[in-house]
Amino acid sequence: MSKQYQTITEISGPLVFAEVDEDIGYDEIVKIHTQQGETLRGQVLESSEGIVAIQVFEGTSGIDQKASIEFEGKTMKMDLTEDLLGRVLDGSGRPIDGGPDIVPDTKENIVGAAINPYSREYPEEFIETGVSVIDGMNTLVRGQKLPIFSSSGQPHSELAMQIARQASVPEEEADGEGEGSEFAVIFGAMGITAEEANEFMEDFERTGALERSVVFMNLADDPAVERMVTPRMVLTTAEYLAFEKDYHVLVILTDMTNYCEALREIGAAREEVPGRRGYPGYMYTDLAQLYERAGRIQGREGSVTQIPILTMPGDDDTHPIPDLTGYITEGQIYVDPDLNSQGLEPPVNVLPSLSRLMDDGIGEGLTREDHADVSDQMYAAYAEGEDLRDLVNIVGREALSERDNKYLDFADRFEQEFVDQGFDTDRALVETLSIGWDLLSMLPKEELNRIDEEFIEEYYREDGSEETEAEATAD
Amino acid sequence: MSQTQTVREDGTIASVSGPVVTARDLDARMNDVVYVGKNGLMGEVIEIEEDITTLQVYEETSGVSPGGPVENTGEPLSVDLGPGLLDTIYDGVQRPLDVLEDKMESPYLRRGVDAPGIELDKTWGFEPEVEAGDEVGRGDVVGIVEETVTIDHKVMVPPNALGEGETAEVVSVDSGEFTVEETVAELDNGVEIQMRQEWPVREPRPTVEKKTPTTPLVSGQRILDGLFPIAKGGTAAIPGPFGSGKTVTQHQLAKYADADIIIYVGCGERGNEMTEVIDDFPELEDPSTGNPLMARTSLIANTSNMPVAARESCVYTGITIAEFYRDMGYDVALMADSTSRWAEAMREISSRLEEMPGEEGYPAYLAARLAQFYERAGYFENVNGTEGSVSAIGAVSPPGGDFSEPVTQNTLRIVKTFWALDADLAERRHFPSINWNESYSLYKDQLDPWFQDAVADDWPDRRQWAVDVLDEEAELQEIVQLVGKDALPEDQQLTLEVARYLREAYLQQNAFHPVDTYCPPEKTYLMLTTIQTFNDEAFDALEAGVPVDEIIDTEALPRINRIGVQDDYEAYVDELQSDIESQIRSLY
Ligand SMILES: Nc1ncnc2c1ncn2[C@@H]1O[C@H](COP(=O)(O)OP(=O)(O)OP(=O)(O)O)[C@@H](O)[C@H]1O
Ligand SMILES: [Mg+2]
Repeated sequence: MSKQYQTITEISGPLVFAEVDEDIGYDEIVKIHTQQGETLRGQVLESSEGIVAIQVFEGTSGIDQKASIEFEGKTMKMDLTEDLLGRVLDGSGRPIDGGPDIVPDTKENIVGAAINPYSREYPEEFIETGVSVIDGMNTLVRGQKLPIFSSSGQPHSELAMQIARQASVPEEEADGEGEGSEFAVIFGAMGITAEEANEFMEDFERTGALERSVVFMNLADDPAVERMVTPRMVLTTAEYLAFEKDYHVLVILTDMTNYCEALREIGAAREEVPGRRGYPGYMYTDLAQLYERAGRIQGREGSVTQIPILTMPGDDDTHPIPDLTGYITEGQIYVDPDLNSQGLEPPVNVLPSLSRLMDDGIGEGLTREDHADVSDQMYAAYAEGEDLRDLVNIVGREALSERDNKYLDFADRFEQEFVDQGFDTDRALVETLSIGWDLLSMLPKEELNRIDEEFIEEYYREDGSEETEAEATAD
Repeated sequence: MSQTQTVREDGTIASVSGPVVTARDLDARMNDVVYVGKNGLMGEVIEIEEDITTLQVYEETSGVSPGGPVENTGEPLSVDLGPGLLDTIYDGVQRPLDVLEDKMESPYLRRGVDAPGIELDKTWGFEPEVEAGDEVGRGDVVGIVEETVTIDHKVMVPPNALGEGETAEVVSVDSGEFTVEETVAELDNGVEIQMRQEWPVREPRPTVEKKTPTTPLVSGQRILDGLFPIAKGGTAAIPGPFGSGKTVTQHQLAKYADADIIIYVGCGERGNEMTEVIDDFPELEDPSTGNPLMARTSLIANTSNMPVAARESCVYTGITIAEFYRDMGYDVALMADSTSRWAEAMREISSRLEEMPGEEGYPAYLAARLAQFYERAGYFENVNGTEGSVSAIGAVSPPGGDFSEPVTQNTLRIVKTFWALDADLAERRHFPSINWNESYSLYKDQLDPWFQDAVADDWPDRRQWAVDVLDEEAELQEIVQLVGKDALPEDQQLTLEVARYLREAYLQQNAFHPVDTYCPPEKTYLMLTTIQTFNDEAFDALEAGVPVDEIIDTEALPRINRIGVQDDYEAYVDELQSDIESQIRSLY
């Protein structure tokens, strides 16, 4: 089949246009052989009678009108095998760890088909990450997509690594049945620096996590267009391990912002009418086709849980990248520069953070019966304390009522004791809830209107407020 | 989807770009359904220019190439109507998702598989409502089928089988078990009536007239019923940024609204949210009948990762099914989550067609399409003389939560109820996070008589009192931000306290609490009365010289916050009101 063409008519940004005299399928993959003997790969973006538009993954530099184009008559596939675990690949899925070639068990189209909503299983299995702000107030469940909204220079990678490390403790290990791990981490780097990537790699190696991980590396100096395929390869691998091989897969994608920039670049090269701030109008659909590949499927053991990381340009969550992400994912965790500069680890601001699948994943029989109420009450109390901080700057603490002062103290202690646990501390959920009750017991019982009376009866510490005072004088 | 194939001249594919395909030499009319390429992917004609026809394709077009065949069915995009629509989940072009799972033998949606919208071989027990010799007109009911435990499905003379005012005589009609394609009645003009009808989705089903609605769609949500009610046959928009509670509000309405039929359209949103509905609804009780909720529900799920063209059509599929049940005389409520995704689908297709973009890249016809959609809602006199309604409630997802964008603005020009969600309230977990200062209902006055009759005569006065207190609070809060609460005069401090109970006890409602999730109007009313009792007693005490701090500390007051979770609320409220009275009175 594969006939070669030397018919390039136009090269524009990442795109190449060529004349053809056969029928080329939309989305088909293409090889471009340059005069220098390089082979680049691309994909058909538009196919008309006689002419095709091709997006070139490695970028178009080095291509001239004499380059020859070869159509392979098939869409892009990923080689899949359980042996991918422990391997490091480049952004297009080629091994870069010096290991053996990958012998595929099967191949799958990387675009991935949509999961039939009727075939999904609703995610409601609690994942204990050992991070209080997550377990206690933004609970993650298996099959959820929960992004981290951050900005440049913030410790989002540390948080993601902490989650990956602490959440991946296999269940069997606890029982002493060494059936081996059923947990896998797939790490997809898109346009991050080699330094950041090394941090992840070192952490993987240090904790021995690498052997149950697959790493895809598209670094800052790798071609931007390749970022279009990296997450799709990651997710195709994830689906295979989860739904064919029964793994609970945790996917970390970083940095989605770089992915979206690549999308914008291609849109611009195609001279499309741009949407908000120059990003393509179809970015919502495009991102959904990635994020919706998280989940569980009825009758299959495994799950795909996604933690995409994105750096918000200008720390602005109304920017299209975080905005569209938030509209698709099942919540979000905010990393806050102010809390970071105060030294909180992790510097998570719980107020705008949310886990939408929390309600069904917690409570009696799943975590603990008072979990939801405690979380709600802490949200309300912290929000109130936060409001008062502004006021206190104007009128001073003395002008505030006793009640208001309690909320101010609550907000301070909440940050110090609940949030700031350190990147190396693994807190059990009961401990998280217990700290929660410590803090809530600073407030008068009547103020706890989000909590069922029965739970107040059981968990409220009557000596709560005295304890604070004692501590305050001791300090 | 309709299977009839009056095949016209076929064409060949000229170009493929995502969901937009052009065909050469296709003999087609606008909106004809076509099958594209070797796999026979379903599509629709959306533009005709000389010998080039542009198609939107409802399935993924990877691998489709120029030169491939395009086959025209010669029929516009239609839905199959008949028993079996309820208790079913469809994609955007009415393919049942359970059937697709079976046929595709995969949890993933594969391409090129078609399935009829209603089961063709299932039989239903048909009970005639007419006899041979009766005269019937269009839309008239010829018989009844028990579709689900809750719903009697009325088999009607198709509205296009006879002209306006025209009648025909029934020559035969049989009771018994029939499939949806078998004839159950025959008219003297040769028309044979089956349970199954087809209707093109983009065309409203005819009615006699639209009337002014006067009955509320009672939702069991305090802030909606109490402050911003929607009518049966009304329209509402719920705009809000991500995570502010649009979907939860829509789900609450689907669960608890006192409509006969619920059509829930998940348009370009999350797969798991549809799964949640599929899992929950069969187990939840319909508050009016006690039957499983699915027995009155039809779901349409075209999630964000499913093809964008089918997203464009899914709201039409939904509203056409809604109109069909309206014609039977039912009150139907349709939820569309989210209309913004529908608008974006229009934008995506329009930009691939290289149409001249309007505001923010949306096509110039955005406003018209939105208006046409909401126009199909209303309280109607049907062609068969019955009355029925379609209420339409659309979520709107404005980019960056900014309501000045085109979809929100164009929607607000049409709908009469506006439930504005607020990120700030959501952050502090005040749910439902409907902003009471910004929201409105233009149905309020016309629905008052119903509430006065069904609940209490002073319903409108109590509501007005609550609105006034909340307004005053908003003004006072601005001062408090500058000087602190203690600097306010005592009466204003008291108003703030009353407003706090209004917010925390009355306006907040936990959708996940087994009792609080549904609040009948009587309870909504009693809650407000209790807070007003506190208000009146407290101001009397203040006038008598009791310091505000003492009043606020009254022991019984925090119990106001617990009314919502009381099952046996009447006794609780009685006791609480008298405790509030006696405790405050004992202060002076
Ligand atoms: N009435 C309510 N009671 C309790 N919790 C609520 C309520 N409404 C919303 N929530 C909480 O807010 C979360 C987000 O709500 P929801 O999913 O409805 O947002 P949304 O506006 O539809 O967002 P998106 O636009 O991203 O779909 C829910 O998961 C739930 O935790
Ligand atoms: Mg939603």
